[in-house]
Amino acid sequence: MNFPILSSLILLPIVGALFLFFTKDKEGNNLTAKYVALFTTVVNFLISIYLWISFDQSTSIFQFVEDRVWIEGFINYKVGVDGISILFIILTTFITPICIISVNNSVKNRLRDFLIAILIMESFMIGVFCALDLVVFYLFFEAGLIPMFLIIGIWGGARRVYSAFKFFLYTLLGSVLMLVAIISIYWITGTTDVVQLYEIGIDVKYQNLLWLAFFSSFAVKTPMWPVHTWLPDAHVEAPTAGSVLLAAILLKMAGYGFIRFSLGLFPIASEVFTPLIYTLSVIAIIFTSLIALMQEDMKKLIAYSSVAHMGFVTLGIFTLQQQGIEGSIIQMISHGLVSAALFLTVGVVYDRMHSRLISTYGGLVSVIPKYSILFMLFALASLGLPGTSGFIGEFLILMGAFKDNFLVAVIASIGVILGAAYILWLYKRVVFGKLINEDLKKIVDLNRSEYFILSCLAAPILFFGFYPDPLIKTIEVSVTDFINMHNTNIASK
Amino acid sequence: MDDLNLILPEIFISLSIMFLLVLGVFKKDSSKITFNLSLFAILITAIIAINETFSVSRETLFNESVVIDSLSSLMKIITLIGGFLVLVISSSYLKTFKIYNIEYPILILSSILGMMVMISSNDLIVFYMGLELQSLALYVLATYNRDQLKSSEAGLKYFVLSALSSGLLLYGCSLVYGFSGSTNFDIISNQLNSNEYVLTFGIVFILVGLAFKISAVPFHMWAPDVYEGSPTTVTLFFTMVPKIAALTVFIRFLYVPFLNLIDQWQMIIVFLSIASMIFGAVAAIGQTNIKRLIAYSSISHIGYTLAGLATASNEGIQSSIIYISVYVVMNLALFCCLLMLRRKDQYYEDISDLSGLSKNHPILSLCLLVILFSLAGIPPLAGFFAKFYVFIAVLEQSMYFLAIVGLLSTVVAAFYYLRIIKIIYFDKEKDKYDADHSLWLKFSLTVSTILILLYFIFPSQLIEVVSRINII
Repeated sequence: MNFPILSSLILLPIVGALFLFFTKDKEGNNLTAKYVALFTTVVNFLISIYLWISFDQSTSIFQFVEDRVWIEGFINYKVGVDGISILFIILTTFITPICIISVNNSVKNRLRDFLIAILIMESFMIGVFCALDLVVFYLFFEAGLIPMFLIIGIWGGARRVYSAFKFFLYTLLGSVLMLVAIISIYWITGTTDVVQLYEIGIDVKYQNLLWLAFFSSFAVKTPMWPVHTWLPDAHVEAPTAGSVLLAAILLKMAGYGFIRFSLGLFPIASEVFTPLIYTLSVIAIIFTSLIALMQEDMKKLIAYSSVAHMGFVTLGIFTLQQQGIEGSIIQMISHGLVSAALFLTVGVVYDRMHSRLISTYGGLVSVIPKYSILFMLFALASLGLPGTSGFIGEFLILMGAFKDNFLVAVIASIGVILGAAYILWLYKRVVFGKLINEDLKKIVDLNRSEYFILSCLAAPILFFGFYPDPLIKTIEVSVTDFINMHNTNIASK
Repeated sequence: MDDLNLILPEIFISLSIMFLLVLGVFKKDSSKITFNLSLFAILITAIIAINETFSVSRETLFNESVVIDSLSSLMKIITLIGGFLVLVISSSYLKTFKIYNIEYPILILSSILGMMVMISSNDLIVFYMGLELQSLALYVLATYNRDQLKSSEAGLKYFVLSALSSGLLLYGCSLVYGFSGSTNFDIISNQLNSNEYVLTFGIVFILVGLAFKISAVPFHMWAPDVYEGSPTTVTLFFTMVPKIAALTVFIRFLYVPFLNLIDQWQMIIVFLSIASMIFGAVAAIGQTNIKRLIAYSSISHIGYTLAGLATASNEGIQSSIIYISVYVVMNLALFCCLLMLRRKDQYYEDISDLSGLSKNHPILSLCLLVILFSLAGIPPLAGFFAKFYVFIAVLEQSMYFLAIVGLLSTVVAAFYYLRIIKIIYFDKEKDKYDADHSLWLKFSLTVSTILILLYFIFPSQLIEVVSRINII
């Protein structure tokens, strides 16, 4: 395979952004810009689907690898995918066009600049998921801060400046230690190439500190309790498309990073710190679920639910079981779809009523039935009802957890109940009940584009809920080999 | 005579200074032609420097008091290019303030000459001569807008404090001479041994004097006032060119005469570096004037440069040089933006004047965005790579504390850069600024921004040039 398919995935959105940069910005609804952006991202999505089709599921070695000298004798630009990363790339290329269609109502001014930011964001996110060199990974990981900062700050809500700063500084603070760790790894082993590092392994005496440095970065990005506080702020203030990107993809970078780097590079340290992760994850699941119950603001509620769901993900990863890790990956994909859908559904009513407070709504089912049905589907997927993709992930994670640590699994299962409680209560308060607010009577149901994007999200949620085989097949071999590698590493030390 | 080729750049530039002075005296209204001729002179000097000295690995002249090696030739070229760009973008600013006189280019040329002598010096006396030549020219430049109170104040302040630091430096030099019996760096290097405690005083005095010149904490007090008071183009010159020369001298002092005394000075440099990084980042937060803010940010950038020097390794020195080169480009770009904030013959310098700039001047704001994120060290911009190389060198020597403090202070520094971006992008817009900028200003801004933005595509070239510099 000579054609650099991954690089073209990374570069194409940038090309689109450049093209947009040279078009003239029009006031109001800039259709040309939107079509250009949409076209770029859809093409990117098709390329990624092609990538998935031509991906060989029977092996765990990295495929479509590109390896170019970048800084002479020091860093190579190396990208490639295996079963673990390919799904995230597809998730990214799938969610971005949906974001772009959804900007119709939420972004009023400077649409062109917004689309440029989204496109650049997309290419950085794809870069994160296929980087096979620590420095390249760090570059993409950090670079994503710039467009996201602007998305929240320029197009966000009332407290956007505070949220944008909080988002940026929190994440940067987490990441600088990772940079120290990356450079240290270079001096310890002489390379930053992930594939080589898997083979060489890192000396045990360094692993704990290095693991902690990576952890500081990923924990902030995941976000884990107690460093999750930037997330609700960022979500609430970001425009809908921004929240969708943030919840659906940005958070997954950390989960992916935990698997690829924390587990892969530091197997011994990962065993050592498993209790820490378990504790934090369980606290995240229970505590943030309880916080979510108390929220008045719909976006905030979903933001906290994201923290809880990511708690499941970290729990699953560090069970170090086949089911746990597979479950985590599927949970991340599913959460990417579901949280995106939930933010979009909130966005729909927000665009009409300009309020995110739950108390504004009530009795929506009698005025906008289509909306209510789709909302129900996403709510049920979020609580992990069998038949939706949310179930597969949560079930596998809990299965892995029961294998590893009974107590943690039991507590986490309580979290599932709480998860059902807050999302159903939200649904009840918004959709059912009496129609008290007079303004709501004039509310219109989903328009064509909203209907389209929500159905686009509903389809894979249901499909993978009933038939998760394509997902599991893609990741299975990679995860199995990954676990085997981990176990041999543990055994040999 | 053959050897004189190696100092041909210096000879040429001093002859041009004399010629331009004579021309300025005898010809009326000669400011324009002096300006153009001095630009030409710098260009020719740069070409000569590239031709004659760039391939020289190491040569000494005049009883080994002048050294030409890859460090000096590279730094001279950067100095010359920096000087050229400063001169070329300052004309419209000077015309606005009606100080478009012949002295300006001549003073810049003389200070460049002084710096070139400093950069090449391998002897305490030659070094001091060069230092004073550049300093005297810089004092005058700081007060160049003499009708403004602030400018005169800046010049006076700079003169007093700089003279003090020169005094300290000279005292340190005399102590070192007393112990080694020579003013030549190479001989000093062989003569010194670390058992003499008084010698430590000599080293400390010299380091303090040099720290003054590059405004490292705690010897930075003059920088914000002088930067604020001086005419903007002179501030630009201050933040770029003398720093390059002073840094070269720093490298030269630490790694030639004092190389054997590394235990004595390493902690001092680490301290200077950490203090500058932290103080520069923290103190910049409260600033409202852009030039003062740049002063503090330059202090923190000097901290990173010193971090590279503290490593006592060739990689460290190389990373410092890369850092300062990238910093020069970023600074140039930032000042180009600052010079574009002009409305009806008035220049604006407050951060609040940037408010909502992105609405009326999208391209300028985009440039500022790139520059500021680069100064904050966010990948994939050039500023990140500069920091990255420094920390690679620092971590190679296992100086974890320095690296972690440095990186944490980038987070603090990021805050005030973000604040400017916030003001540009998130706040309400103000009136439009004039858009009729000189071609050179636009050109410098475009080129430097593109360099910052696209550095990541070809990072190897700069490393290749710098990696020829092996001092130790």
